[in-house]
Amino acid sequence: MGSAQSVPPEMRALAERTGFTSEQIEQLHRRFKQLSHNRKTIRKEDFDTIPDLEFNPIRARIVHAFFDKRRNLRKAPAGLAEEINFEDFLTIMSYFRPIEMDMDEERLESFRKEKLKFLFHMYDADYDGIITLQEYKDVLDELMSGNPHLEKESLRAIAEGAMLEAASVCMPRTGPDEVYEGITFEDFLKVWKGIDIETKMHVRFLTMEAIAHCY
Amino acid sequence: LDYQHVQVPFEITLWIMLASLAKIAFHLYNKLPSVVPESCLLIFVGLIMGGIIYGLNDKSPPVMDSDIFFLYLLPPIVLDAGYFMPSRPFFENIGTILLYAVVGTIWNVFGIGFSLYGICQVRAFGLRDVSLLHNLLFGSLIAAVDPVAVLAVFEEIHVNEKLHILVFGESLLNDAVTVVLYKLFRSFCEMPAIKTVDVFAGVGKFFVVGIGGVLVGLTFGMTSAFTTRFTKDIRVIEPLFVFLYSYLSYLTAEMFHLSGIVAIIACAMGMKRYVEANISLKSHTTVKYFMKMWSSVSDTLIFIFLGVSTIGENHEWNWPYIFFTVIFCLIWRALGVLVLTFFVNRFHVNTVTSKDQFIIAYGGLRGAICFSLVFLLPDFRRKKLFIAATTVVILFTVFAQGMTIRPLVDLLHVKRQRESAPTVGEQIHIRFLDHLLAGIEDISGHWGQYYWKDKLEYFNSKYLQKFLLREYDQPKSSIVLLYEKLERKHAIELAESGQLGHAPSHPSLLCSGFLCSNSDRAVITEKKLEDAVHPDGLEDIQEILARNLYRIRRTGPAYSRHTLPGETEPVEQAQEILILQRRSL
Repeated sequence: MGSAQSVPPEMRALAERTGFTSEQIEQLHRRFKQLSHNRKTIRKEDFDTIPDLEFNPIRARIVHAFFDKRRNLRKAPAGLAEEINFEDFLTIMSYFRPIEMDMDEERLESFRKEKLKFLFHMYDADYDGIITLQEYKDVLDELMSGNPHLEKESLRAIAEGAMLEAASVCMPRTGPDEVYEGITFEDFLKVWKGIDIETKMHVRFLTMEAIAHCY
Repeated sequence: LDYQHVQVPFEITLWIMLASLAKIAFHLYNKLPSVVPESCLLIFVGLIMGGIIYGLNDKSPPVMDSDIFFLYLLPPIVLDAGYFMPSRPFFENIGTILLYAVVGTIWNVFGIGFSLYGICQVRAFGLRDVSLLHNLLFGSLIAAVDPVAVLAVFEEIHVNEKLHILVFGESLLNDAVTVVLYKLFRSFCEMPAIKTVDVFAGVGKFFVVGIGGVLVGLTFGMTSAFTTRFTKDIRVIEPLFVFLYSYLSYLTAEMFHLSGIVAIIACAMGMKRYVEANISLKSHTTVKYFMKMWSSVSDTLIFIFLGVSTIGENHEWNWPYIFFTVIFCLIWRALGVLVLTFFVNRFHVNTVTSKDQFIIAYGGLRGAICFSLVFLLPDFRRKKLFIAATTVVILFTVFAQGMTIRPLVDLLHVKRQRESAPTVGEQIHIRFLDHLLAGIEDISGHWGQYYWKDKLEYFNSKYLQKFLLREYDQPKSSIVLLYEKLERKHAIELAESGQLGHAPSHPSLLCSGFLCSNSDRAVITEKKLEDAVHPDGLEDIQEILARNLYRIRRTGPAYSRHTLPGETEPVEQAQEILILQRRSL
């Protein structure tokens, strides 16, 4: 309980805004201090010190998501932040909260939308609100980056196939030679309708378990 | 006539023939399988056959030999189940499954055993001589849910995947507990005095049996994968290795008194990934079809024999005991599921609903494993009583519960299997989510589910794959790759000659004809949109993804006795290539 000196006054406000309990905030604060080497903010380079993250194919996107000011941190100017403080850290982590038993339909729906919006921003690299074919291909490239033998052609085919699927779901009645710009957020919601993201997209560390400090 | 010479193989073949013909007969009447599950019909046929034999010979018909059941009839079914088990939902729910399988079975065994002992105390029933130990022994063999029966019934009702995997996984894994408890109580019956140390030895034995089974299975699985690495020049016997190694793992585990079922499942699940990458497409198809065929035949034979063995003089019909056995089986199962689910739901976000709980409790069918175990009991005075009780319980669960479970599922509006076809995009998204969550777990320093999955994948790609896979740069069969190339070439020619609207008659997903890839936007022609994702093309893409992404979830029907999960037809593709070749020349 000792590391909570800098948190208590703002804790209630934080708890309200992000929905965590005070124990969870304390645990995350401890982790934050570890990552930031006891400074007040984290920079991009600090994420490099996490050993297991290195092998993650979408590492760059995840780190990027932490620093994205306008969309994820909900701050005014667009672009990337240089460093983030604990509050920002908490904000990003709050997207991965598990659902609570007593949430009603409306809250559940908005919760779901929030998570999907976070995910959408991870795909949409140029901030224009649409996932184009090129962006999709980039995502696929990263995911398959561990396998150099896979042909570029096949990757392209797969990306196009996926786009076509999305198009057929979202624009069932288009005329010939119409251009399908890309997946908008509404389309994205439709694509994810079958998968119950509320139960999938959460990390179970946000309970009372002990956190393993791996280094 | 030299009948003696050919008698044994002749009779075996006749039985198998009878089973298969019966199956054909059922499916001729389309409405019948939807009302009455196949297992019931097969038992019925068995009953008739048994009656005929009894009438002709005037002695009891041949009882299904326990050895035949355990050594020949059960392994194909379990292998089939393990090989086609959807590993993703299985491992996601493994905690719940293990809880039901281990704790639930123990609960049932002791509950049923003690209750029946209480019934035996009642003077009026004339059962005073059935000791507590005998009752516990009986409890241990009747408590376990049977995978064969569960499979036979559940595959026809298509409940949602999670429910299916819970019941099914439980029925497979509780074998370890059943084996230990059965053998334990049986050895207690023969020992003059039981010390506490024996009880603790029993508990320890459980871990040995379970974990030992897994280890044996994995060893054989890895060996099998390694062997298939070298089979490039003798493709014809590749499928044989899959079956040989799996069967060996089962037999080896049984030899060491470990759980054979757990071993064969571990073997199948462990080797599947590597073997499928190493063997040719044709061998792959062969393995699939043979597995389905064998398990189908086994399944049919088991139920018919069950029917046959019911007729005869093997039973002592003490109706109070039998009646109470059935009642207690139902009650204890329901209680067990309720209590355990209560615990499970406290730790899981994705709760098991009360409707699901009802189906889990109601779907606890007993089957041939109980039957064989009861015949393996040492001969003592009351053995026939147990045989009778087991028979009634099995018949009751298969007929009464089996027939009514489908209307109940409809009545309660239990969540069904997802109707939609699996899509490529979904697979990509799920994989993306996996990596994202693994990354978040790393950042937050928590060693959670995704962390371990990630670690396992890393270990796999660094070490296992190099050792067990033959080559890594041949992800697909050459026919399909060729098909893709030709499609593209053809389409480019069309585009150049300005005829983008006229596409090949066999619509294909694989780009070109309708997606113009020189820009990064997708131009869609009207015709293609209707045939959005053609199943053949989709299957190709899924194959590519399955080989190269770390793991892919198949959202199709998880397990079905009659159909295989997705099939491409190389013959059609070959024809297509010829047509396209002719056109492009």
